[in-house]
Amino acid sequence: MQIPVEGFMYPNEVELQWSVLIVLYPFLTGLVAGAFILASLERVFRVEEVKPTYRLALLTALAFLMIAPLPLQLHLGHPERSFEMYLTPHTSSAMAMFGFVYLWYLLAVLVLEIWLDYRRDIVVMSQSTTGWKRLIYRALTLGSSNISERALEIDERAGWLITVIGIPSAFLLHGYVGFIFGSVKANPWWSSPLMPVVFLFSAMVSGIAIVMLLYMFLCWVRDEEIDMRCVDTVAKYLFYTFIVDFSLEMLDLIHRIYEADESFRSLDFMVHSRLYFSHILLQILLGTLAPIGLLALTQVLKLPEGQRKHIYALAGCLTMVGIFAMRWNVVIGGQLFSKSFLGYTTYKMGFVAREGLLTAIILTILPFVILAVLIKFLPPWPEKSTAAISAAASAD
Amino acid sequence: MKMTRRQLLVLLPAAAVAWEHVLAGTPEASPNYDMTEHWWGMLIDITKCIGCGSCVRACQLENHVPDDYFRTWVERYHVTDWEMEYPKVDSPGGGKNGFRPAREEGGKNFFVPKLCNHCADSPCTQVCPVGATFVSPDGVVLVDQKYCLGCRYCVQACPYGCRFINPNTKTANKCTLCYHRITKGLTTACCEVCPTATRQLADLKNPKDPIHEFLKTHSVQVLKPHLATGSKCFYYGLDGAVR
Amino acid sequence: MKRFKDSEHLFRLAAVFVVGITLFLILRGLLVPHSFGQYGHYRGKAITEIAALPIAYAGHQVCEGCHTDVQDVKSKGVHKGVACESCHGPLAKHAEDPASVQPEKLDTAKLCVRCHEANVAKPKNFPQVASEDHSGGAACNSCHKPHSPAMNAGGSQ
Repeated sequence: MQIPVEGFMYPNEVELQWSVLIVLYPFLTGLVAGAFILASLERVFRVEEVKPTYRLALLTALAFLMIAPLPLQLHLGHPERSFEMYLTPHTSSAMAMFGFVYLWYLLAVLVLEIWLDYRRDIVVMSQSTTGWKRLIYRALTLGSSNISERALEIDERAGWLITVIGIPSAFLLHGYVGFIFGSVKANPWWSSPLMPVVFLFSAMVSGIAIVMLLYMFLCWVRDEEIDMRCVDTVAKYLFYTFIVDFSLEMLDLIHRIYEADESFRSLDFMVHSRLYFSHILLQILLGTLAPIGLLALTQVLKLPEGQRKHIYALAGCLTMVGIFAMRWNVVIGGQLFSKSFLGYTTYKMGFVAREGLLTAIILTILPFVILAVLIKFLPPWPEKSTAAISAAASAD
Repeated sequence: MKMTRRQLLVLLPAAAVAWEHVLAGTPEASPNYDMTEHWWGMLIDITKCIGCGSCVRACQLENHVPDDYFRTWVERYHVTDWEMEYPKVDSPGGGKNGFRPAREEGGKNFFVPKLCNHCADSPCTQVCPVGATFVSPDGVVLVDQKYCLGCRYCVQACPYGCRFINPNTKTANKCTLCYHRITKGLTTACCEVCPTATRQLADLKNPKDPIHEFLKTHSVQVLKPHLATGSKCFYYGLDGAVR
Repeated sequence: MKRFKDSEHLFRLAAVFVVGITLFLILRGLLVPHSFGQYGHYRGKAITEIAALPIAYAGHQVCEGCHTDVQDVKSKGVHKGVACESCHGPLAKHAEDPASVQPEKLDTAKLCVRCHEANVAKPKNFPQVASEDHSGGAACNSCHKPHSPAMNAGGSQ
């Protein structure tokens, strides 16, 4: 397969190393971190308005976190050796340390918080359901059926503590992914102290947006009234986070243009040619400026509910496109130019291939499937769980 | 180099013994090779390179390097006038079959062989998540083919573009400084076949090594010194336009 | 203990974690290769494995050990610094068992131009010719002796 090269590239650089799967990976973990931060807004910062999205945000985070290692495994030359990262982690490697950050976040933060928040419902379900579902709930109770007031109080306290630990953990989770790129001194498109911060804020943007979209979508599917006070607040936080994210990206850009170091000419040309569509059009115009503008409208003008819903939905979708484009521009963009600054290569993405587009699409759909299952087993709707509990209580 | 009959009589059996040893291929390195006594590097004399590509061919044959991937390669530079920022560079097939004849081009024209720099502060070994690539006690950056996951982080981290993923083993691959040869008293395949002594192996722990001596008495450069990689591949006569 | 009755579930949770971590540590003890950490954060055995890889080029000293006649000629000519295998290819197998592997007959028309075809990027003092003008495509060894190619050093005419 001949890969078209413009100018000069070191012979081993022509073929890209990290594919669309490695674009997908920070996108998925970003959604996790962002969704969790949104959940923590209610739990720790007592932003009552967003409570309807609390449990949904946690389940979304879990669904995406469970799928996140898959693109990595599919990308490895030897996935059967991936466990070596836990056996003999190289402490100077950000990638190795990330394995532990991931595990910590999954087990000690997310799963724990979900378990503590849902424990009462789990215990009730373990007593009220039958068949194999009953077995699953019983296993989840870990053998304890104590849902007395005192026990629940303890759960509440513990959950609060977990969330407090969870916020810096979420920052670490996605900041680390940023550091994996930002610490590579060989690549001037990646190497920057701003990289972890930019990744984190764009993660928060994407996470907040997806929970907002999911909440609105699921309300529409279930024919439930959308809590506008909740969605307005979520949109407000999305808007503020977006401003910070955009400012950081502009800071990086302005700094590069002003300092104009040896890599600048090559990178500048790359952005204006090979990355024009994904960077200028998708990421900046459609994916950042448009949603910020739309959200600004809702913040400045007093728009009726129907219009606000449409604007939020549109802004949310554009945001997702923009953040995905940002990951693409970082990962793929960072490999399109030569480290000699004298040439460019092309990314040949397969479709039906181990690291192809179809695989990426399937991996993007999978978390939603998992989320559907999680919602079935652990309903995030307050009314649902109350109804189940009263049904269980009346059945006694 | 004249050789008397006497010298021959001494040398032949010695050569035979040495050769037996070389071919033994035992899992242990040469019994009289002590890793702590060596610190390997290489000197490349740009003023002598003729771009014949013998080194690239020899490396491929010695190390079974797959086609389209390169453990070493040669670049041809054309620098017009004084501007160092915009050289014209090409490396057709890594320079494996030499370069097309070029006559008048004006400006500065020269060849630059490249290979793994066997950095003392190697950024590639720093990022390996499992310890599959490492700097050996004698200063050679190696890859453990049985342990590498093929995550490609090291390939991204190398500033010199000398690493690749072997499509057959799906693991990271690069110049090993012919470790299997230098530990037996031979030189690297590329240095062996270089017709103009452009490439020469250096033992930086050996004060009697003539290349080590050369480094102490001549102006030499390394590639991308601002990245502080501790590169042990030294260039003599390197133009500022070289990337 | 009544005091801990209401937090008993947390202790059960902690127990799950402890069991998990213990299992992991046991697995680690079993799976980490024995020579790992011998010299650094890597498998020490990898060094010996790499050092034991097969050799393809014998090295000119080995060639000179047997082919003394050629060496006598070559060492007096301008090709004295050119290793035998530079032109003849990797011949470790031949050195090991001379009868089993015969080096290929070389075609000088293709071989010599690799080094000696004129190229503006080659050092000025390196002997190079535009082969079309120089020999019109004739094989180089019709005039030059490859082992001692300089014409005034006794090369055949």
